[in-house]
Amino acid sequence: MSVAPPLLAVEGLTKSYGGIHAVRGVSFSLRAGEILALIGPNGAGKSTCFDMLNGQNKPDTGHVRLLDEEITGRKPREIWRLGGGRTFQITATFATMTVRENVQVALISHGKQLFNLFGSAPKFDRGEAGRLLELVGMGGYADRPCGELAYGDLKRLELAVALANQPKLLLMDEPTAGMAPRERVDLMRLTAQIAREKSIGVLFTEHDMDVVFEHADRIIVLNRGTLIAEGTPAEVRGNPQVQAVYLGEGLVYDARHREGASI
Amino acid sequence: MAFYVVQFLTGLASAASLFLVASGLSIIFGVTRIVNFAHGAFYMIGAYIAFTLTERLSGAFGFWGSIVLAAIAVALIGVLVEMVLLRRIYHAPELFQLLATFGLTLMVEDLVVLIWGPDDLVGRRAPGFRGAIDFFGQNIPSYDLFLIVLSPVVLGILWLLFQRTRWGVLVRAATQDRDMVAALGVNQKWLFTSVFAVGVFLAALGGALQIPRDAVHHAMDLRIIVEVFVVVVIGGLGSIVGAFVAAVLVSELNAFGILIFPKISIILVFLVMAVVLIVRPWGLFGKPEAPARKTPGLTVNPWRPLTSNERLMALAALVVAATLPLFAGNYALTVGSEIAIFVIFAVSLHFLMSVGGLASFGHAAYFGLGAYGVAFLAKMAGLPMIVCLLLGPLLGCMGAAVFGFFAVQLSGVYFAMLTLAFAQIVWSIAFQWVSVTGGDNGILGVWPERWAASPSHFYWLALGVAALVTVALRAMVFSPFGYALRATRDSLLRTEAIGINAKRIQWTAFVIAGTTAGIGGALFAYLKGSVFPDNLGISLSVDALVMVLLGGVETVSGAVIGAIVYKALNIWLVSQTDLSKLVLGGFIVLIVVVFPKGIVGMLEMLAQRRRKASPPGSPLLAKPIESAE
Repeated sequence: MSVAPPLLAVEGLTKSYGGIHAVRGVSFSLRAGEILALIGPNGAGKSTCFDMLNGQNKPDTGHVRLLDEEITGRKPREIWRLGGGRTFQITATFATMTVRENVQVALISHGKQLFNLFGSAPKFDRGEAGRLLELVGMGGYADRPCGELAYGDLKRLELAVALANQPKLLLMDEPTAGMAPRERVDLMRLTAQIAREKSIGVLFTEHDMDVVFEHADRIIVLNRGTLIAEGTPAEVRGNPQVQAVYLGEGLVYDARHREGASI
Repeated sequence: MAFYVVQFLTGLASAASLFLVASGLSIIFGVTRIVNFAHGAFYMIGAYIAFTLTERLSGAFGFWGSIVLAAIAVALIGVLVEMVLLRRIYHAPELFQLLATFGLTLMVEDLVVLIWGPDDLVGRRAPGFRGAIDFFGQNIPSYDLFLIVLSPVVLGILWLLFQRTRWGVLVRAATQDRDMVAALGVNQKWLFTSVFAVGVFLAALGGALQIPRDAVHHAMDLRIIVEVFVVVVIGGLGSIVGAFVAAVLVSELNAFGILIFPKISIILVFLVMAVVLIVRPWGLFGKPEAPARKTPGLTVNPWRPLTSNERLMALAALVVAATLPLFAGNYALTVGSEIAIFVIFAVSLHFLMSVGGLASFGHAAYFGLGAYGVAFLAKMAGLPMIVCLLLGPLLGCMGAAVFGFFAVQLSGVYFAMLTLAFAQIVWSIAFQWVSVTGGDNGILGVWPERWAASPSHFYWLALGVAALVTVALRAMVFSPFGYALRATRDSLLRTEAIGINAKRIQWTAFVIAGTTAGIGGALFAYLKGSVFPDNLGISLSVDALVMVLLGGVETVSGAVIGAIVYKALNIWLVSQTDLSKLVLGGFIVLIVVVFPKGIVGMLEMLAQRRRKASPPGSPLLAKPIESAE
């Protein structure tokens, strides 16, 4: 057991809507530099759970701690100030501003210059903005209007924006949704590489199992609001409960039986 | 007791017309997302046509037939307007539709005077409802009872129409998600046209039914449109039941407000609206609006600061403007001063509306507060002019701080409506608090001191302040604060996710814009030598919107050009023709249809096309980045 507290500690998170228990007593933790996937079938409570971590939603009971700081029910902007960056399932960017300006807004916020009325924003931290864009491979797009970008590029821009305050935690809601297979692999590789280099903990939800099993260090599985499995990709893959949830009981596809039968 | 009952019934009768017009506006907004400013104009035309028809056609059938015929005729005019004008601008920035319908309203105001003359017309009594009924010694006109019965009947018919017919189902579906309805193969064009026709029919019917109660006159459009805005906002945009309840509520507030708070009766309604918007921003019966789909392929040119060449050109233009006193007469200089002041007013709204994405419909409140601030300081405290000019705008600043705090909690149409309500509250205070503001008579004798008294000196003062204000606000657009403000306009979700307190940014922008408008108002008080409630009235707020939209809402310098063109044209037209509103309205409509991006936006587009047409000069600049000047 390590002495240092985990980067993110989630304890007994619960949320109900009327009689529906969307999330029931979910607990897990995340270390710095670790990539954790949150998966589960539709309606499992992933989004509810995710929104309670980033401040969009308040849990009924339970705690979320970021570096031992209680962030349960805090506003998204407060969580960002404590080092929690995020990307959205449907990208949220500043469509009428250029790619560089998008990153500069985040840098201005990080530098607490939001109420600076007479400084020059185009010159603000231009170098750092350029570096962040290079990091995600968007260096050549800096002056393009953001509204013109292809979807995959928007996702990469979001990543650059999320990295602007040197976050310790990165929350990514379905980071590869709506992308081509090739782009998915690229984006997740990039994310994993940055996370390891900068020792950022990454929590992401995802439907694409190829992405999950290839890039996650650890996986947690939700079903009907409760945590049913946790472990390495190999452990989760072999977990009969997980297989049952995803494929239904009695229909588990096992290649060996099939081979045996055909001989 | 009987007196109160009668008062209550009078309120209910007034609610009838209000409900008809408001439900029409609500239905149109629900489906087309157009806030139809011309709705009051349709109401007025309905009344005028009904007046003419009832004079010509005799008998009971003639009267009632005329009412229905008038409504149908106006509905046909509505169809024509929708097909010729609105269809062209459904995809324009949303406020452009408001601008176009405002242009229509201006045109109609002159047209009715042209056709029916400027005098009030008193119509016939309704056959069968000429008398009054005695109620414990109080008289109730029987026509009022007819109206009281009529509105629930209309509500019932509308309910059946929307619940029981295929057309009604389509309208309700389109109100929720019109793109989806279009994707399901419904001919959106005709759906929109028919909805518009029904909405206009209701407005015209409301107008026609008023003739036995009220005289028909050419200013009835503005009076009703403001009340109708209040009704649909309280009831919830898109909700017919809401329109009904709110129409009754507003009418009763008017009926009893006069008795209970004669001093603040006008404020009462707007106060209720403000409270409703703050507690339930989507109205009593409305639903919170789902986030609108972003228009794909948003083609906004990125903004950039002026290059040094452009700065020189702007400076040259300023120098040329400063030489005006060398060759122009006093009248031209006064006009020049007024234009300079309106440049200040327009850039202040531009900052809030274009940079911050918050279109205020009540920006004149802060302009007028600045003017009143100066008047109070000069007349009551007797302070020197320079001190008045510096401190007067603070009244605008304080007003903006208080109202802005509440207003920025909302966005979009609701923000616009709440700012309108606040402006009306301020107007009512100026109008009704006679002991302090002089009421309708205003405050007279606010003249500049000797150093600024001559037209040329005052012109230089106004021009200098306008230049300073424009440069300062422009600098703010490209300051870190300006970037943050634009960010809140583009995506609230993202700004919150990167640690920005969006509401506080927007509030600050509101205060900056209000204070700047106050500076314009302060100068205006000295220019005119007097201050009147009109200085914070709706028509002035609309002027500001028109100036910004005319110049180009998506551009940085549009407001300056828009203010100069609009104000110059306005003053020139008033001096040239009696039909200035008709010409101006026609001009606005033309601009909206032909140059939907505004004057500056159009110039940018032309410059862009030229650049694209010419072959790239250098391979390094193969794809020039377009920007907005």
